[in-house]
Amino acid sequence: MMKTWQAGKRLLPMTAALGLLLAGCGREDLSVLRPQGPVAESSYGLMKLSITIMIVVLLIVFSIAAYVWIRFRRKKDQNEIPEQVEGSFKLEVLWTVIPLILVIVLAIPTVKVVFAAGNDHSDDKDAIKVKVTGHQYWWEFEYTDYGITTAQDLIIPTGKHIAFELSTKDVLHSFWVPSLAGKMDTNPDGTVNRFSFSAPNEGVYRGKCAELCGPSHGFMEFKVKSVSGEAFDKWVASMKAPESVMPEDPVLAEKFKSQCLSCHAIGSMPASPVAPSLTGIGSRESVAGILLNDDTREDGAPVLENLKTWLHDPQSVKPGNKMPNPKDKGLSDEEIDGIAEFLAGYTLD
Amino acid sequence: MDWITTVDHKKIAILYLWAGGLFFGIGGLEAILIRIQLIKPMNTFLDAQTFNELITMHGTTMIFLGVMPVIFALMNAVIPLQIGARDVAFPFLNSLGFWTFLFGGLLLNLSWVMGGAPDAGWTAYTPLSGKGYSATHGVDFYTIGLQIAGLGTLIGGINFLATIITMRAPGMSFMRMPMFAWATFITSAIILFAFPAVTVGLVLLTFDRILDANFFNVAGGGNPVLWQHIFWIFGHPEVYILILPAFGIISEVIPTFSRKRLFGYSSMVFATILIAFLGFMVWAHHMFTTGLGPVANALFSVSTMLIAVPTGIKIFNWLFTMWGGQVRFTTPNLFAAGFIPTFTMGGVTGVMLASAPADFQFHDTYFVVAHFHYVIVGGLVLGLFAGLHYWWPKMFGRMLSETLGKWTFWTFIIGFHLTFFVQHFLGLMGMQRRVFTYLPNQQFDTLNLVSTVGAFLMGVGMIIFLVNVFLTSRRPADAPEDPWEDGRTLEWTIPSPPPEYNFKQTPLVRGLDAFWKEKMAGHKGMTPAEPVGPIHMPSATILPFLMSVGIFIAGLGFMFSRDEFSSSIMSFLFNNYIVTALGLLITFGSMLMRSLFDDHGWHIEPEELEGR
Ligand code: HEM
Ligand SMILES: [Cu+2]
Repeated sequence: MMKTWQAGKRLLPMTAALGLLLAGCGREDLSVLRPQGPVAESSYGLMKLSITIMIVVLLIVFSIAAYVWIRFRRKKDQNEIPEQVEGSFKLEVLWTVIPLILVIVLAIPTVKVVFAAGNDHSDDKDAIKVKVTGHQYWWEFEYTDYGITTAQDLIIPTGKHIAFELSTKDVLHSFWVPSLAGKMDTNPDGTVNRFSFSAPNEGVYRGKCAELCGPSHGFMEFKVKSVSGEAFDKWVASMKAPESVMPEDPVLAEKFKSQCLSCHAIGSMPASPVAPSLTGIGSRESVAGILLNDDTREDGAPVLENLKTWLHDPQSVKPGNKMPNPKDKGLSDEEIDGIAEFLAGYTLD
Repeated sequence: MDWITTVDHKKIAILYLWAGGLFFGIGGLEAILIRIQLIKPMNTFLDAQTFNELITMHGTTMIFLGVMPVIFALMNAVIPLQIGARDVAFPFLNSLGFWTFLFGGLLLNLSWVMGGAPDAGWTAYTPLSGKGYSATHGVDFYTIGLQIAGLGTLIGGINFLATIITMRAPGMSFMRMPMFAWATFITSAIILFAFPAVTVGLVLLTFDRILDANFFNVAGGGNPVLWQHIFWIFGHPEVYILILPAFGIISEVIPTFSRKRLFGYSSMVFATILIAFLGFMVWAHHMFTTGLGPVANALFSVSTMLIAVPTGIKIFNWLFTMWGGQVRFTTPNLFAAGFIPTFTMGGVTGVMLASAPADFQFHDTYFVVAHFHYVIVGGLVLGLFAGLHYWWPKMFGRMLSETLGKWTFWTFIIGFHLTFFVQHFLGLMGMQRRVFTYLPNQQFDTLNLVSTVGAFLMGVGMIIFLVNVFLTSRRPADAPEDPWEDGRTLEWTIPSPPPEYNFKQTPLVRGLDAFWKEKMAGHKGMTPAEPVGPIHMPSATILPFLMSVGIFIAGLGFMFSRDEFSSSIMSFLFNNYIVTALGLLITFGSMLMRSLFDDHGWHIEPEELEGR
């Protein structure tokens, strides 16, 4: 008893040091090693525990190895035959029992967290319910209690449990926000997955698709924006009561209606199953999930520029995506720029 | 011609080695291309589609066509010698196994030039691998190529089982068998149980794609997650098919170069059996994020962690084999020494992955890429290098250069750790796997650059090895019978390379490490268990080659049976299954020939044996 306690005491500073070391790794809004919510925190706890155990194991193996390589290296004119040892019952039992104990030490908290993570808040009245649908290569978010649907940006209120219901319209995808929670696959109809997470702090977190889904799999990103409760309510209200916006120029409006709204939805139109909703696209974090609308950063650009990039050639942004090139739909460069300007100005509030 | 008709296990070993080397080279080139693409963010060296084809083919090629045949090469070269047998149990099948493997591999690689390689990942998850989302013939090449190659593996496995069960020299009980023979035995048993699963899976997927069946198609009532279960029920044991032979090799090399018997032999045997058994119970740890639910996740988590126990036994037994010995760092032993820490690192990340809630973060990221490369490259490939350098003189009668061997080792292992160590961090920092490029400013850039540099260094190591092989092949074949001087097992009692009948007289085995035991008793060689007599040999035959050609043609014919061709003759031939039938006719015709014409083989007479 005394012994294990002492070993634990020795492990403690090591865990702390390791935690600090790992915490230096990666961006706060993206890295598994810098968890920003309780669910990611619990995975991270297991990771720290397991890596501490594993580093201890490695140190033991490495030191024995180094010792035997140096100590028992064959020397010049060393020719006597070493004793042919059969084995040692005691030693072999020792290195069967110790790993077994280590496994148990890791298995108990693992099982605990597995069952805790199984708690998906799907019948928690207080939770925000979001139906996530994966598409090649964009994400759709439907807030079933509010009757609103958005794409690419998942807006959530801080501190609340978000109860997800995941599925896909085409191939498998996997819904992953590393700094908030581990990933969960989206399966085709029939096997809906549920899980939940919450974000205590305001911020924008990077989300990714983690299951190979085609050429643009690597570009199937999204943003989770956690905002205060009031800001969230305001956003919901403005999503629910959108003004019926159209480009001012009637020719452009007609083109937009016939060429774009055949797949996309805006405002109060019912959500389209083939293309992301464009409601309030001017105030999103990104266009197409990857072109960042932030001109204060070197990898970002103003939303207008991003929209133009996308609309002039969607394939070059996301190879293999399912949107036809507006040019092939008979839109001139000026018309495309015009629509881009209109969309950039289409903000909520 | 000699090579096409041979049924000699030693020559088939060399065929496996060359074919494996070829595919390993292709897989390696694919890897280098992948790493060049990922050297910097938003790189445009490759397009997304080509990249997905490359990762799919790299994984498939390396696992099925790169390392498996090299394993089979060593088994073929060594197992009959180690157990004191004149041949394998079924020489004809042995040759058939090789040719089906080769033609399956060729078929798969034809996809590069015949309109699109498979692009759904080596795991070919449906629906992405279904007709609807992968419209080229790529995945058909995958299903049919692997089906044919898998046939060869299954045949090989059964052959080794029969050989080891029935053909051990007098006195060699199971508990006196060398560890590599044990590893081969258990590996073959895993093959026997695991390969039928993938065979079924590939048939179902082929039917979905070519005959519009609905096994995995949701709209038709199928279930895509079913594919994942079938795939991993095969796929996880496959990992042990790869690593157990490496364990076997390491268990031969370390005792030889420590001049000590293997520490804890019986616990090693027990651990091997336990690992194989547990290997079948843990497949769903590849599917934690599929949504199996907490009960399944908890069970599979714990059962996976248990594998650490027998694996740990092995590692400490190896360390204590060297303890008190006289360790000599020849090239084979350098690789064995490199194996221990490297494989242990892969093992511990495996235990980390086994914890399901943590795996929700690790799964499908570069952390996993790092883990399985530590196990497969850091474990198996280092093991194979150890085995190749160790048995090369026995196989070819020539010693590989020690200087070049050491250069191979150092460049390869340094390159390896550069490439894959940093990938653990990439994964934890949020980089998913199988992405053809990544956005800048995610702090992925430097680590990816380091990884690519490492990959080139590994490439240099491989080239040095090839140079070594080339230079060695030009030197005279003068390796002694027991070139490492401390050989412990039967293969070191006969000339290098062995004569076609292996043993003039079957040896009498008096204990574990039979040869070492005789040497310690002051004897020069083994005591024979039989008088010199005529030796029965199987005849060479071209039938296995023809059978495989037939299956290859049938596969191609079936694959294109629904295609429209510009020429009407081609359409007629393919659409009416005439090509398929022709291929099958060749195969079944050859089988009929084999049944109709009795071939009793031939004998080497005692005078001839003495005459040398
Ligand atoms: C000129 C008319 C169109 C405009 C202005 C337009 C605009 C856009 C924009 C701004 C996005 C990015 C959405 C986001 O990030 O939330 C997008 C994505 C998309 N659009 Fe369109 N679109 C048009 C026509 C179409 C049509 C006709 C289709 C259907 C056939 C379509 C299908 C898609 C799809 C599938 C995506 C998601 C691509 C991905 O991220 O993988 N679009 N479109
Ligand atoms: Cu994806």
